[in-house]
Amino acid sequence: MEDKLQKPFYAALGVITLGLLGWGAASAGAQGIAFGLFTALTLGGSLICVWERSVVRSAFSLMGTFTGVAGLFLLLGADFLAVAQILIYVGGILALILFGVMLSPPDLAERKLSRVLGGLALMLGAVAWVGSKVAGTVAWATADELPEPTTKVDEIGVAFLDPEGYVVPFELAAMILTVALVAAVYIARRKASDLTDPRAEERA
Amino acid sequence: MGLGAYIAVSAVLFAIGVVCIVARRNMIYVLMGIEMILNAANINFVAFNRFNGDAMDGRMFAIFVIILAAAEAAVALGIVLNVYHLFESIKPGDVDLMRD
Repeated sequence: MEDKLQKPFYAALGVITLGLLGWGAASAGAQGIAFGLFTALTLGGSLICVWERSVVRSAFSLMGTFTGVAGLFLLLGADFLAVAQILIYVGGILALILFGVMLSPPDLAERKLSRVLGGLALMLGAVAWVGSKVAGTVAWATADELPEPTTKVDEIGVAFLDPEGYVVPFELAAMILTVALVAAVYIARRKASDLTDPRAEERA
Repeated sequence: MGLGAYIAVSAVLFAIGVVCIVARRNMIYVLMGIEMILNAANINFVAFNRFNGDAMDGRMFAIFVIILAAAEAAVALGIVLNVYHLFESIKPGDVDLMRD
């Protein structure tokens, strides 16, 4: 029964993508098409991630999400962030998650369709409800009023080391990264015999 | 594209991330859902930054969020490795050492 829904799901994704592209083209021309494309990539990737039964497919579909978010950063004029997003998320975190995939035995019965669809309906309904409440009351800024985005990579570098700017969080982040990565290696390298499960005999 | 469009994308991505954490019975999906939620927050930071004078604060905050996400992913994977060694399962429901 679940496999029958595979085709309608991807067909619905395709329709949503086309709708987003059409809406973007109608409202903002070329930039709108790019926005629609990246939005479809972002949301489609995450929907496939929740939907697919195989962890490997979910992990790879997450690549679409990360790339789409990088594209949205580009549209918002944050070029350095877009590159960092691709380097760190697609190159680093996704590779880590794929290592984690090796731990999970194939369990195709793990996904409960009722949970996934019910959860999606509930959360998207909640988003739509809050959005309808907010949309009428807040005047959102539109892109027409904005100045052209400028490249600010050098400014980011200066701000990181500026005593008036971000030097304290920058050094803290360096410390956190060092401590977290060393700790992660230490935790991951412990042997199974170092860990004690008081109920190991009971289970065996 | 106005600010509202970006916030809508971010809200939907956040919602899907929450579903990914709650609806699936596998710790890997919990990790993936957390990454989605952090990405949604980052879209918000950058969008508000762009539409409020294009200062740098929102972008800098997004960079720090990415840094912490990287550290979090590494530590979380170490924890999942250990949980797998201990329980031979990575279903969140199977980890019940502190229950009794």
